[in-house]
Amino acid sequence: MAIEGIGARALRKEDKRFITGKGQYTDDMVLPGMGHAAFVRSPHAHAKVIGIDASAALSMPGVDAVLTGDQLVGDGIGNLICGWMIHSKDGTPMKMGGWRALEPEVVRHVGQAIAVVVADTPAEARDAADAVVVDYEELPAVVDAVAALEPGAPQIHPEAEGNLIYDWEIGDEAAVNAAFASAAHVTKMEIRNNRLVPNPMEPRAALASYNDAEEHHTLYTTSQNPHVARLVLSAFYNVAPEHKLRVIAPDVGGGFGSKIYIYPEEMVCLWASKRVGRPVKWVSDRTEAFLTDAHGRDHVSEAELALDADNRITGLRVKTIANLGAYMSLFSSSVPTYLYATLLSGQYNIPAIHANVKTVYTNTTAVDAYRGAGRPEATYLVERMMETAAREVGLSPADFRRKNFVREFPHQTPVIMCYDAGDYDATLDAALQAADYAGFAARKAEAASRGKLRGIGLSCYIEACGIAPSAAVGSLGAGVGLWESAEVRVNPVGTVEVLTGSHSHGQGHETTFAQLISERFGLDSDAVSIVHGDTDKVQFGMGTYGSRSGAVGMSAIVKALDKVEAKAKKIAAHLMEAAEGDIQIEGGELKVAGTDKKLSFTEVALAAYTAHNLPEGMEPGLKEGAFYDPTNFTFPAGTYVCEVEIDPETGQTEIVSFVAADDFGKVINPMIVEGQVHGGLVQGIGQALLENAAYDENGQLLTASYMDYTMPRADDVPSFNLSTHETLCPGNPLGMKGCGEAGAIGSPPAVINAITDALGSNDLTMPATPEKVWQLCQGAVKQAAE
Amino acid sequence: MSKVSMVLNGKTVSSDVEDRTLLVSFIRDVRGLTGTHVGCDTSQCGACVVHVDGKAVKACTMLAVQASGSDVVTLEGIGSATSLHPVQAAFREHHGLQCGFCTPGMIMSAVDMINRHGAGNLDEATIRDELEGNICRCTGYHNIVKAIKAASDQMAGMSQAAE
Amino acid sequence: MYETTYHRAGSVAEASDLMSKADDGKVLGGGQTLLPTMKQRLAAPSDLVDVTKVAEMNGISEGDGSVSIGAATTHAEVASSDLVKAKLASLAGLAGGIGDPAVRHMGTIGGSVANNDPAADYPAALVALGATVVTSKRSLSAGDFFTGMFDTALDEDEIVVSVSFPLIEKGAYAKYPNPASRYAMAGVYVAKHLDGSVRVAVTGAGQDGVFRVEGMEAALAANWSPDAVANITVDANSMLHDIHGSAAYRANLVTVMAKRAVKAAG
Repeated sequence: MAIEGIGARALRKEDKRFITGKGQYTDDMVLPGMGHAAFVRSPHAHAKVIGIDASAALSMPGVDAVLTGDQLVGDGIGNLICGWMIHSKDGTPMKMGGWRALEPEVVRHVGQAIAVVVADTPAEARDAADAVVVDYEELPAVVDAVAALEPGAPQIHPEAEGNLIYDWEIGDEAAVNAAFASAAHVTKMEIRNNRLVPNPMEPRAALASYNDAEEHHTLYTTSQNPHVARLVLSAFYNVAPEHKLRVIAPDVGGGFGSKIYIYPEEMVCLWASKRVGRPVKWVSDRTEAFLTDAHGRDHVSEAELALDADNRITGLRVKTIANLGAYMSLFSSSVPTYLYATLLSGQYNIPAIHANVKTVYTNTTAVDAYRGAGRPEATYLVERMMETAAREVGLSPADFRRKNFVREFPHQTPVIMCYDAGDYDATLDAALQAADYAGFAARKAEAASRGKLRGIGLSCYIEACGIAPSAAVGSLGAGVGLWESAEVRVNPVGTVEVLTGSHSHGQGHETTFAQLISERFGLDSDAVSIVHGDTDKVQFGMGTYGSRSGAVGMSAIVKALDKVEAKAKKIAAHLMEAAEGDIQIEGGELKVAGTDKKLSFTEVALAAYTAHNLPEGMEPGLKEGAFYDPTNFTFPAGTYVCEVEIDPETGQTEIVSFVAADDFGKVINPMIVEGQVHGGLVQGIGQALLENAAYDENGQLLTASYMDYTMPRADDVPSFNLSTHETLCPGNPLGMKGCGEAGAIGSPPAVINAITDALGSNDLTMPATPEKVWQLCQGAVKQAAE
Repeated sequence: MSKVSMVLNGKTVSSDVEDRTLLVSFIRDVRGLTGTHVGCDTSQCGACVVHVDGKAVKACTMLAVQASGSDVVTLEGIGSATSLHPVQAAFREHHGLQCGFCTPGMIMSAVDMINRHGAGNLDEATIRDELEGNICRCTGYHNIVKAIKAASDQMAGMSQAAE
Repeated sequence: MYETTYHRAGSVAEASDLMSKADDGKVLGGGQTLLPTMKQRLAAPSDLVDVTKVAEMNGISEGDGSVSIGAATTHAEVASSDLVKAKLASLAGLAGGIGDPAVRHMGTIGGSVANNDPAADYPAALVALGATVVTSKRSLSAGDFFTGMFDTALDEDEIVVSVSFPLIEKGAYAKYPNPASRYAMAGVYVAKHLDGSVRVAVTGAGQDGVFRVEGMEAALAANWSPDAVANITVDANSMLHDIHGSAAYRANLVTVMAKRAVKAAG
């Protein structure tokens, strides 16, 4: 195999196990004597639990135990928490209602767990769970965030009067008011961001065991951040002290945010395994996933954009109501605030911005970060406003954006973020050219001759990744620091293990991270292993989300590599009796510049471990660790162009072309980056056209399976035209920005802008289902007839 | 309980299982072949696709006892790390997988699709249409479609070369 | 899924006998609807009688002016049958569009018609083509067989053995799928029979399952062209409505799919 360093399209090291069926996911794990858990769940969105009768269930075959919330509370297991404190504009802290892993008193959403059955087989556990009789007193429910704020709405938590969690603001309201007072044109819209269900293809799962002699717990689980899981399970949930709890996230089948959080079921398995004295496994079925995995988005906003007479933006005013569901999930409070409103400046010079965000409890599943988390909501709002404003003032959408682009860096926005580098003209130009924007009119005419409506839409997105400088997020309310750790272990034979606190669940870290080592030492990637996902192996880490594993995780590896390289050079210099500064590393060898003296990397590694002849005072071994705390967010940005064709008879929208031009900074493996963009685009297109988590007025989730929740399938989407345009991020050693979320962030407004362009009507909410589009087509046909 | 016997990846196996045991559970839990996955409850996602008597079926929507007497092939049965099936190799070559969870069903459906249409006879539209019963959340399908097309074309070349 | 008892029948007689002895038996064809329903614990049959290995229920044969399809014949077999493609191409096309490839490898025509799911495709074919359902007890016209949503004229222990389709002059099936489940939101089968009469049958859209549109039938009998049905609408009050489509939208789809089916039939 060739040496594949930075920039190589290296094939993935992890693939062989996945394509031959040798992956090891949590549900593939089997422990001797393990039992299986099934949960008793509320069929009501809001109800008092009057009584639980488990007598019939307990007498059924194979049943070990039926455990309830009273027992859980009695054993001192703590409430689930939200780890990011947000204060309302009046200075009061957010109102967090109690969330117990098994609820003994009041259930607040359909699917909330009330009891757990442990039995010999999954089927026996399910049979017995069905036989647990729960007596409920139903309470009125509310599912819509706006309705939940109205006087007289059902009160969900005693802690949060009127269901208001916080009433937060950012920006300079007076400056915004002044901008609007002198505006030449104001564009005003109500913008809804639909509720989504993340739907990684692997449902959540947990396998917990307890060794009573050691008083030690082990949890295999579907986690994006096993160390954070252990920290929270120990420090807040009181399951076990950290040194008595090992959390392993083995192969994980996708996350998209939904596997960041610690959920009731995983906690209950840990607790139950100790209670019943056998390992306990739980695997979510898909409907449980729909009912209990944290959902994403669900915003309603009013937005106003002020322009001067020259069509330059002078102000943006936003009022958003965000639905957080029945409980505050782990990072839920940060999503509609610091991950959302701080991106409202988009790629544009906007001198004044003010945003007010109210978050609300409803009788629905908890809402938290889902791919993009806050940034898709901001981008959708800004880019729908930009397109609409351009149409209103009669400028081409591209020209209007160009007129308002940020071109000087660093650029301080009025909403905290300081953009460090970018070239928004470059990605816009590239996207317009790739999309043959100039030729659109002819294509539209040709489509019309076939009875089809054709439209084109732009989206110029920016996001903030590389989450995040610890001191900065700490000052904004985060309960944890968001650095990353790495350890590089060179073995005596010269192979390398890299331990990282990042976690790969599809991102290909085993390949991309190894490319750094290949680049640095000239080693074949077969000589490198990436170790992650086990709290017994890796000391600590913050996990993978927010497109942070490159910019933060790999930066930590680079720092550790710097130390390894320095020590290896010292050893080589000593052994070859040369000056340290003359040692160069090339092709797996340490050479003395200008001579033919050299040692292989293996020889130097062996020397470090035999320690027979090391420089005076040097410790044996070749192993170094590093923590990297980012200095700023990173700011990936780009332009997406979507072209659609609509069948007015059915309202069917076909995406006939989709172009993405992205700036991700330094790209380590273009193949993997392209894959990340493809996946993100389809999730964004899914949000725009297909996906919606719909509740009825009683709080029943109407879309609780793939029969009703429209997942994008292969025939719903096109192949994509991608390109990248690099401006280096000055804030980290590799110049990386992150690519994991861009597709999902940038694509929804491009799709909706294209459809509204085709229809000549702006009155469209996501998802743009065939029926909604057909309804608008009827209007268009009627208008034409009049 | 019924005695279920089948040829599984070329090996005759037999176990007594509850009649309600699904084929996927027989494969995973009874036989320990965990390459076949379960991603939904409604026969939509296709992560569980295996071949029964040469045809792709959803192993979550078939009882083990229905497959008694049949020849069943799973992902583990079409190739190995040292001898990849051309479709397996193409998925790696074209980055047709990310988290790997839908991959078993994608590959088994792809092999079936190539068998039915004949190697070399697949275009992008046909592949996308044929993948209706396989959901992937990571790849956006772009590279899966590319991988299947490449495998199909490559297998056509192989069979031509063999003639 | 609740525990059940599986039987594999070797003949129609054995299957009927097993069904009559069962407490709450269900005939198991390909199981592509029944097993998901059982997995959701919405059905709990005491016994499952697998008829897919019954020889007399398998296979496709040509009769006098008809094509007969054994109830245990899979959708994939119908779709790829040279006989069906030659004699009733529109039926082969319909079968090739049911579910996805893996579902078509298992699902059977008998299972589909006996379940009479309002969104299933086959009921439209049976009604439009004027098929005869042959059961273990009798023969029934399609019109008499389908009695309402998820309801048929079958007795508890009665088994569909085959379906016989008369040959037609021309016909086609066009459907608009539910974007999530991919079942029909509106599927319209138009058939011009050898005697010149026309039948138009609709699945997926109606509140009572498959139904005929007599206005379209008369219009097409007089003038077989897409334009003939372009302005004929069904009553939205009798259409299904759900999160995927209102009754008015489904009514529109019926007209659009009818138009497209006529065009496809040529």
